[in-house]
Amino acid sequence: MSINLNLSQVTIREKRLKSIVGYQGTIKDLAEQSQSGCLKNASRGFSQATNCNSGCAQGYLSSITDAAIVNHGPIGCAGDVAGANAGFQWGQRIRDWNQRNVRIINTNMSENAVVFGGDKILKEGILKAYERFNPKAIFVTTSCASGIIGDDIESTIRNVEAEIGIPVVPVFCEGFRSQIWASGFDAAFHAILSRIVKPAEKKRPELVNVINFAGSGRAVITEIFGRLGLVPQFGIPYSNIEEISRWSEAAATISICGTLGSYMGNGLEQNFGVPYVTALQPHGISGFDDWLTKLGETVGKEKEVEEYLAEQKILAAPELEEIKFKLKGKKVVVGMGPSFAHNYIRLLEDLGMEVVWGFSWHYDAKHDHGGCPSCTTELTKKDKDIPVSVSDQQNHEVINVLSKVKPDIFIGRHPGMSVWATKMGIPAIMVSDEYSAFGYQGTIEFGHRIIDALTNNSLAVNLSKRINLPYTEWWLEQDPFEFLKQKNKRKESENKKNVAVR
Amino acid sequence: MRTRKMSLCVEQIRHVCTLGAFESVLAIKRAVPIVHAGPGCVAKLWTTLGSQNGHQGSGYVGGHAIPCTNASEKEVVFGGTDRLRKVITNTFDVIDGDLFVVLTGCTSDIIGDDVGEITRKFQAQGKPIVYVETGGFKGSNLIGHELVLDAIIDQYLQPQQVEPGLVNIWSSVPYQNTFWSGDIEQLNLLISSLGLKPNVIFGPDSSVDAVNDIPKAQFNLVISPWVGLRTAEHLKDKFGTPFLHYPALPIGPTETSNFLRTVGEFAGIDPSVVENVIRKQEDRYFYYLERAADTLLETRLLPRRFITVADSLYALGIARFLTNDMGLIPEKQFITDDTPTDYQSDVIAEFGKFTNDIAPETVFSNDGGYVEEEIRKLKIRSRPLILGSSWERVVARDLNAYQLSVSAPIGNELVLSKSYVGYNGALQLIEDIYSVVLNDFM
Repeated sequence: MSINLNLSQVTIREKRLKSIVGYQGTIKDLAEQSQSGCLKNASRGFSQATNCNSGCAQGYLSSITDAAIVNHGPIGCAGDVAGANAGFQWGQRIRDWNQRNVRIINTNMSENAVVFGGDKILKEGILKAYERFNPKAIFVTTSCASGIIGDDIESTIRNVEAEIGIPVVPVFCEGFRSQIWASGFDAAFHAILSRIVKPAEKKRPELVNVINFAGSGRAVITEIFGRLGLVPQFGIPYSNIEEISRWSEAAATISICGTLGSYMGNGLEQNFGVPYVTALQPHGISGFDDWLTKLGETVGKEKEVEEYLAEQKILAAPELEEIKFKLKGKKVVVGMGPSFAHNYIRLLEDLGMEVVWGFSWHYDAKHDHGGCPSCTTELTKKDKDIPVSVSDQQNHEVINVLSKVKPDIFIGRHPGMSVWATKMGIPAIMVSDEYSAFGYQGTIEFGHRIIDALTNNSLAVNLSKRINLPYTEWWLEQDPFEFLKQKNKRKESENKKNVAVR
Repeated sequence: MRTRKMSLCVEQIRHVCTLGAFESVLAIKRAVPIVHAGPGCVAKLWTTLGSQNGHQGSGYVGGHAIPCTNASEKEVVFGGTDRLRKVITNTFDVIDGDLFVVLTGCTSDIIGDDVGEITRKFQAQGKPIVYVETGGFKGSNLIGHELVLDAIIDQYLQPQQVEPGLVNIWSSVPYQNTFWSGDIEQLNLLISSLGLKPNVIFGPDSSVDAVNDIPKAQFNLVISPWVGLRTAEHLKDKFGTPFLHYPALPIGPTETSNFLRTVGEFAGIDPSVVENVIRKQEDRYFYYLERAADTLLETRLLPRRFITVADSLYALGIARFLTNDMGLIPEKQFITDDTPTDYQSDVIAEFGKFTNDIAPETVFSNDGGYVEEEIRKLKIRSRPLILGSSWERVVARDLNAYQLSVSAPIGNELVLSKSYVGYNGALQLIEDIYSVVLNDFM
């Protein structure tokens, strides 16, 4: 589906990308079903707390340096702002900036506003944000409450915008609208693409947009790109409005995460003529090779990339061999967003580990360029099929699977997940930094991190001896997907085949 | 003196919405919240009340383990009661708990799901379950905390024979007050030292049995400017339990000794028992204070004045201690707990009862952006001490102030059992404040 910037709202992932949060099977089956177009979302008769798209939208936009956010909803909808601020402090620190707090105002919607409408408090919030922060743009994020009572956000925004003379941009991210929290990234990018990015006045053939989060890998990428004669422009976090407005000048866009970058990258390509590199993600060796090679092909630097990779391969070979030797045959369960999950499954298999289960917190049957995600199709090329499931961090499924497959280690990426494996005596690693396992040196670092986690599991073992899980014995004896209403659900015997009990 | 800021919008939030009270349920061992709300509510509220507040984790059944309907467009359009019924039914099979509390969010409350009807059917089957409407627009999670307790009182508690000496303590609000579990342990120690028996409802020693025993108490003890009063009044109406309202968190010898005498008198305890406890505790406190006195007086850059940005509970407790015991001077005291208007004059009156006729100015505002503006306007001669949340770290750096995080959200400290309550808590607070000062030296 092409990206239409004339619409005020982004089309949610369920409709745009046929994304799902309920599936159980194998990676080959998942890819096959999504390519044939028959992949259906399965619902659950029991569910646990997940996340919503507002968190992704608001958190991502809050680190634009000279913008402000007005969150239109009850005060709890800004509950994640403390987390956005913690992330923002870290991002400023790794840049050696003077630290300040995020600029987010919540309209503090009360019962009165719910009954009589919140347009007035929204206007006040926008004016307050303008007065307090003197921003170059204001993003207005919506909430379940504002969505249900039907506040006319767009007309309020138009009026205030005329008054204050800076872009005031709606970001529609009501929690109930999409089951897929990554729709919030799309909402943020839709706001940026439709109102902030301007058509290029001049093109800069050396410039490459790099879509990421905190951006800890800036120095490394700058160095690598420098060798290729390219200059990276990192964002969107820690960029300013003026810089973002000129993202159209770049020769290409590339992303650290397929889930994150799909909308922005393809939006820039379709609407501003900046090609988007739809490669594997640069985690692990084969991912990094593909990422850099496809970038080279896009901007005409094939030869330089080839030389650079050949050199790295020789440098890294001895250490990689040592890591593979130590990790060979270790069983691992992965639980991450779809792009990271499927990229890390490949990376861990490349390191010689055995991925006994892969959870992805959702799955996009296709990306905005039209094809099935490359990180998924890549996994289907392997001889071995890998058991996978899709759930929005449904803890009961994760714990049940972990208790049955008993991996040597759990590798996750989202807050509040790795801890559960640890409670079961399984050492865990949380990959919170998007540049972990980036490129050759990052992959070596990550390999050692896994080896360290396996070397001393005492915290996990001690916790598991003394801590009770909140699940009944009955539940732990059930099929992990008992509550998943999947039409072509695998039979118990097939499940047993996938759930390799040690 | 007081200033009241009737702010509509809020920056730098310090508490969350009514639904945040699911954390109060998690504070009772083996009690399980069931949240009927949108998919992001739990994650968002948990950020301010947990992960960015002393780094309090999910515990037994928090975070992603909380049963939740994750209401989608379908539930919003067609009603969410079927979904809720399904989730509750399966929760009883999947989750090992002793008490279940259904809490609603904005989606359910606005569209008007009849959650009461569903819950009553489970109650009729003998299930230990209550429900409470906590749509976020109703107010803060402090109000939500009281609403949860109301629900337990009305739908769950049964009359009991009174057990002399048993006391229910209503004070620090779980998870909102970062040091709540340590506070509860310290308050229990203080109450036990008088020969009374605390009924431990929240925290490491809690149980659903203690919840069942609430009507057994000889009296309810509210240690807080306002939160918990509604609960004590409700229990008085329903079970006739008398209550004592002690408005300040007892920190340091002056307040804690006064607290023990007040409780002792109310409970009818022999004053000589009380005085004996006080003497021992004060002797211990002053043993350490005597040793600290050189540094408290002779360090190069000592703070003379302090600003507090906190819930009324902590603002009052800490300000009283630093003023009455430590000889510091309170600058503006910012009270950020969205104190209901009805209670504000009582809270202000308590800020008028300091030693040496000192009466700090109190400002009521839950808008951290406004608080920050006001702090920047203050003219303070010495390096000030700012006792607030991690939001205040930026303004403290700008003003060259000392900063210690004492109120939510606290992202810059890992908090486990620490407490500033009582005699020992005061020593801890002195350690923390002056360690900030000393760390700035070297």
